[in-house]
Amino acid sequence: MWSLSKIANTIHEWLRTTFNSTLATILEMVLAGVAVISLFAILGLVLVIMERKVSAWMQIRLGPNRVGPKGMLQSLADTVKLLVKEGLTPNGADKFLFNLAPFIAMMVAMLLMAPIAFAKDFQLWDLNIGVLYISAVSSIMVISILMAGWSSNNKYSLMGAMRSGAQIVSYELSAGLSILSIVVLTGSLQVSEIIQSQSNGWWIFKGHIPAIISFVIFMIAVTAETNRAPFDLAEAESELTAGFHTEYSGMKFALFFLAEYVNVFIVCAIGATVFLGGWMPFHIGSWEGFNHLMDFIPSSIWFFGKTFFLIFLIMWFRWSFPRLRIDQLLNLEWKYLLPISMVNLLLMTAIAILGWYF
Amino acid sequence: MGSASLIVLMIAAIAFSGIAILLSKVVLKASTNKQKGEPYECGIPTTGKTWVQLNVGYYLFALIFLVFDVELVFLYPWAVVAKGMGWIALIEIVIFFFILFMGFLYAHKKGALKWI
Repeated sequence: MWSLSKIANTIHEWLRTTFNSTLATILEMVLAGVAVISLFAILGLVLVIMERKVSAWMQIRLGPNRVGPKGMLQSLADTVKLLVKEGLTPNGADKFLFNLAPFIAMMVAMLLMAPIAFAKDFQLWDLNIGVLYISAVSSIMVISILMAGWSSNNKYSLMGAMRSGAQIVSYELSAGLSILSIVVLTGSLQVSEIIQSQSNGWWIFKGHIPAIISFVIFMIAVTAETNRAPFDLAEAESELTAGFHTEYSGMKFALFFLAEYVNVFIVCAIGATVFLGGWMPFHIGSWEGFNHLMDFIPSSIWFFGKTFFLIFLIMWFRWSFPRLRIDQLLNLEWKYLLPISMVNLLLMTAIAILGWYF
Repeated sequence: MGSASLIVLMIAAIAFSGIAILLSKVVLKASTNKQKGEPYECGIPTTGKTWVQLNVGYYLFALIFLVFDVELVFLYPWAVVAKGMGWIALIEIVIFFFILFMGFLYAHKKGALKWI
């Protein structure tokens, strides 16, 4: 059976035996960098076409169907189009910040890849505070958005950035609290240990009702955190043209777009890891035969399957709910989601201490 | 791979964005005209300064967020040890949440959560 970790180990062994240790380390780093960059590019292309196809499917229309088989190469054509567009800088813009913002957006999206376990034993850095790292790095995202909006010398951009700032910092709290309620059960912040603790069932099934509540809150919060509809106030196209990236064009716009989609992937990957067991196959308690059967499906397929299921859920939200107003949005977080998630955390602690989880 | 992966990822991000932007500059045949650099405001010339005063509500929410974010940082080490500590952990966090909730109620009473 093929597995990503075996391939990685084979490459590692081969490099160690062929070259001396310094060169092998450098080559490994280069390979890892190239792998992450290509994963990024592929993810961007796949998610854009998926978004358009899902939207088309929800609205009973065909969607892109001209470029390539069934329109599958549409996003590649769009990338080429964006590549030959001119990147404009408006008059009176803060040039340094304007050009820096897409880099920071990309950097945050890239750094968040480090603790994600793509398959069994296939992880860039399994640090012991993985969950804390994720929430710390993902909050830098708001800086790139504020930077882009502020430096553009455009009122729409500035308003979009301010809205987005208020929204992202607010929803970060309930996302963090809902992940913490699972951390209480596992007693570890390390991603690999959180996955390992789900070897006899995923937390969403094992963790009683509070786990389901935190999963729902998590999904709402990450939808808001990644600025997606129905919480896409930062770039509400009917009010603010395009929000914080109104003035961006060409490749800089493409980088923002890519970072946004990769962020959706990353938050869904975190949700899949914490609530749905990451790469862990679907196991039921002590049903040996069933568990053994499930183990035959490669772990990377489990991980990507769960992640793309959550991404599909987020795309489904977009076509099911109308956009909220900014005051409604902040009310929802501060008056409902935050108190509920705080009480939920207490409930989960009581359940963990009583040992009522499975 | 360990902590070196962060450096790799950082360099990868900068290289990817840098190469993409440079490539588009190379491919491009740019022309200039007078209107090209104007801020986009749906066709109307922009009036006044862009960096105007905004609703104070944004800053109030940012201030309340600061309080809760610090609280969240305290919760991380607590969450790791909570199960092993037993009931005392729950009692302590209830007291902690109670004090926090008082502050939240105060902000609510003062109208900080109301959008003007």
